[in-house]
Amino acid sequence: MDQKNIAVDVDHVVKRYGSVTALHGVTLDIREGEFFTLLGPSGCGKTTLLRCIAGFEDVSEGMIRLHGDDITPLPAHKRPVNTVFQQYALFPHMTVLDNVAFGLARRGWSARDAEGRARQVLKLVQLTDFAKRKPGQLSGGQQQRVALARALAPEPQVLLLDEPLSALDLKLRQAVRVELKQIQRETGIAFVFVTHDQEEALTMSDRIAVMSNGHVQQIGTPREIYEAPVNRFVADFIGETNLLEVDVQTVLGGRATVALPGGTVIDVPAADGAATGPGHLSVRPERITPTDGPGSVTATVDSHVYLGTDIQLHAKLDDGTPLVVRMQSSGADIPAQGTRLALDVEAGAARLLAD
Amino acid sequence: MAGAAPGGGASRSEVYRGSGPRLLLPAWIFIGVFLLLPVILMAVYSFLTKEFRGGVIWEFTFAAYDQFFLNRGLFGDEPPTIEWTYLGIFWRSIWQAGLATFFCLLIGFPTAWYVATRPVSTRSVWLFLITIPYWVNLLIRTVSMKFLLRDTGPLNEFLMWTGVIAEPLSLINTNFAVQVGLFYSYLPFMVLPIYAAVERYDFALSEAAADLYCDSWTTLRLVILPAVKPGIVAGCILVFVPSLGAFLAPDLLGGAKTFMIGSLIEEQFKGAAGNWPFGAAAAMILLTVVMGVLLIHARAQMREDG
Ligand SMILES: Nc1ncnc2c1ncn2[C@@H]1O[C@H](COP(=O)(O)OP(=O)(O)OP(=O)(O)O)[C@@H](O)[C@H]1O
Ligand SMILES: [Mg+2]
Repeated sequence: MDQKNIAVDVDHVVKRYGSVTALHGVTLDIREGEFFTLLGPSGCGKTTLLRCIAGFEDVSEGMIRLHGDDITPLPAHKRPVNTVFQQYALFPHMTVLDNVAFGLARRGWSARDAEGRARQVLKLVQLTDFAKRKPGQLSGGQQQRVALARALAPEPQVLLLDEPLSALDLKLRQAVRVELKQIQRETGIAFVFVTHDQEEALTMSDRIAVMSNGHVQQIGTPREIYEAPVNRFVADFIGETNLLEVDVQTVLGGRATVALPGGTVIDVPAADGAATGPGHLSVRPERITPTDGPGSVTATVDSHVYLGTDIQLHAKLDDGTPLVVRMQSSGADIPAQGTRLALDVEAGAARLLAD
Repeated sequence: MAGAAPGGGASRSEVYRGSGPRLLLPAWIFIGVFLLLPVILMAVYSFLTKEFRGGVIWEFTFAAYDQFFLNRGLFGDEPPTIEWTYLGIFWRSIWQAGLATFFCLLIGFPTAWYVATRPVSTRSVWLFLITIPYWVNLLIRTVSMKFLLRDTGPLNEFLMWTGVIAEPLSLINTNFAVQVGLFYSYLPFMVLPIYAAVERYDFALSEAAADLYCDSWTTLRLVILPAVKPGIVAGCILVFVPSLGAFLAPDLLGGAKTFMIGSLIEEQFKGAAGNWPFGAAAAMILLTVVMGVLLIHARAQMREDG
């Protein structure tokens, strides 16, 4: 990749807290102008990585570069990077305007220029009318936007956001998502966005790094992550999936032939590193459909969940493996409990995992 | 914490702030009898005529205030000029108390900060250690301070032993000794409120400041100090006010040159030489000044809060 387009280069970063290792050699690139998401379950090290980039934590090993310059030894206040904190951390004794102008004043802007710029950013986040209020007099959503404005005002090279939407209710969260994405596009600043909400990650990101236990599991576009997960963790964590135990017969050039439970042999895409022998095949519930023909597997229906446009069937294969099938509700009868169903596995949309 | 989302933190509701009038009654009675009544009594006494063996005659006069502010010559028949003796003592008291407050703040703030930033489990140990000396009576502590500072005391002997000085420093009966006494007496009153404020301080604010290009000093000045200001102000008031009226430290550690208003008042009520109305008047003047300072502060605070 072209070295010049990389905003942040995290290079084999290890972070230990005493005997706890929060990051085990994380390596990733964040490109200029990109909406980059760190996604993973609670405790996987997302916040830790963000804090290492911001400079609130010293890394134990490895290096972090900003536009090619090593910033590892720099203290937080010397890094041209700003953060939107999870709990916002607005200065309670200052007005909204002063909060937003705060970083500008520290960077040597004159009071007048700083105020002008602060007002401009407040307009961007639609808080012009609240400039003279104190943070304590704002709603949660308004505080969140002040936090965003405060971090955007000094025009950082990279903006770090630690689950900034988690304190908002669902409706507001969805609205702010769109706004945030729009602001990111308008400003062209690289966003590093932390979330454990996969829907948030999939809808907003240009690229996603899926993390678990201090390791990066996979980096890719939302589509790559969803459709071509490399391993069981990613397949399981992103969206809903069925993990079928299969016997891998051949692997060649990104494809494999596998024997499904029940014996049917199909030809599927394979992740790098997949090997012959016992393996796991990931199939999304919507890629398994009831069929009138013989089907590639047969399962017995346990129960169903009505989801409006869809019906989710919980079934079991003959060997007891649980299976989730998602079928469109329009027209179709809901199979009763105990019904034996012949199911087609859409081979092109299944994926043999590396582990 | 003003950064909290609505619903968390302090209640916005008025309903839960008020307490029933009946529940407050004992407190009101106590304050009325033991706080308000003595002040009223003192105010009344300051306008009465003195009796020579202490006590008062119930005759209304401004004599006590006249004596405090005006000089009418030895026999009271000259045209009045301003009497500087007591105003001088007053001014010195304010200066001494202010200085003591300053030193308490200088030492108390880092101390409070240190304790409040220890792990929760060890904080109470530190607080206990800080308050230990205060289980001993103030008089005894002040006397031991005198023992410590006198010409043949441990401090001088130690300094001579190390060879820093050849002659004992005469520390006792100086402003310095009074300062040491006041500082030692009232330090915890500075430490404890600041400790409480720092303990409530949200350290994410310091991170936010660092994120927005503040080094540690700027963070202290622009973010931490404003956030813990209520604790600092409370500490300063709690040190300044009793220092202003203190008499033990100036009596025992100071001399004639360090005479403070507290001692002046004390003398008026002690023994036959006393002058009750004059003591009461001096106390009223002191009270007025203190109340004035507090009022100005309260007004400023209210303006700031919107
Ligand atoms: N100061 C610390 N001392 C010891 N361990 C820590 C410290 N901070 C974090 N950890 C540990 O490091 C690991 C990663 O924590 P981190 O806060 O980065 O998780 P996270 O991915 O942000 O989780 P969440 O989604 O819950 O915020 C956790 O196991 C945590 O217990
Ligand atoms: Mg976190």
